[in-house]
Amino acid sequence: MSGIHLHYDVPGDDFTRAGEASGSVKKALRQLGIPAEVIRKVAIAMYEGEINMVIHAYGGTVDVEVTGEDITMVLKDTGPGIEDIDRAMTAGYSTAPDNVRSLGFGAGMGLPNMKKYTDEMTVESEVGVGTTVTMKVYITPKA
Amino acid sequence: MTVQDIKEILECEVITKDTDLSREVHTACGSDMMSDVLAFVKDQSVLLTGLINPQVVRTADMMDMVCIVFVRGKEPNEDVVELAEERGIVMMKTRYRMFTACGLLYDNGLRGGCER
Ligand SMILES: Nc1ncnc2c1ncn2[C@@H]1O[C@H](COP(=O)(O)OP(=O)(O)OP(=O)(O)O)[C@@H](O)[C@H]1O
Ligand SMILES: [Mg+2]
Repeated sequence: MSGIHLHYDVPGDDFTRAGEASGSVKKALRQLGIPAEVIRKVAIAMYEGEINMVIHAYGGTVDVEVTGEDITMVLKDTGPGIEDIDRAMTAGYSTAPDNVRSLGFGAGMGLPNMKKYTDEMTVESEVGVGTTVTMKVYITPKA
Repeated sequence: MTVQDIKEILECEVITKDTDLSREVHTACGSDMMSDVLAFVKDQSVLLTGLINPQVVRTADMMDMVCIVFVRGKEPNEDVVELAEERGIVMMKTRYRMFTACGLLYDNGLRGGCER
């Protein structure tokens, strides 16, 4: 079925602007009348993903698809890629440099948070090519 | 407790303009790590932090928080204040340090919302 499609370019060189796309999605979902708990899950998961694209890659694109049943987010970057995805998904694992940590990120909690707040999540990555994170949040809980 | 109560307990100076101090707050969170803040969603309405970059406002916004308190008298630049004003988030600063600020609020009945 066809839904509503939103597309954003996330600039990789401006940390202060990271999160703008997530803020816009949050606003759009509110206008569509999506329940507040669902919006919050989508907003947090996408925000963590957006921050990762900026601090670990060089920015990228976000595509959001909203249907009657669920919201799908695809975050794609052409950054350095992730060598060991299972390790990256471990709470507390981070390769963020100190300057990122002094900005309030680099706790190694982003990917675990994204997993926690979404109903489906896949990470595809190739070193030297890039990373694509796909997340889905159900609007109505599945039986 | 309301945002106004927090202002009085922590002897805060309000930074944002035209803000509503009557809003009810239930729980708070004190951290300089934004992903730690984002890890626990339990209707936390106040964020105490020593960071002053725009991501503090975005984090609070994603969590639907209503108030940010900067500890140790820190104050962000105009762009960051504007970001909070656009989102209806009250920003204040207190002279107290993080530990003391959190302790004072706890003493007055505010809780973390995700205690074990
Ligand atoms: N888009 C990406 N491109 C390349 N590496 C990534 C990407 N996303 C995550 N990583 C790698 O996975 C690690 C863990 O990511 P995660 O988001 O869990 O933690 P973090 O970003 O380091 O810290 P936090 O999210 O708590 O601020 C990162 O430190 C980084 O090495
Ligand atoms: Mg991260």
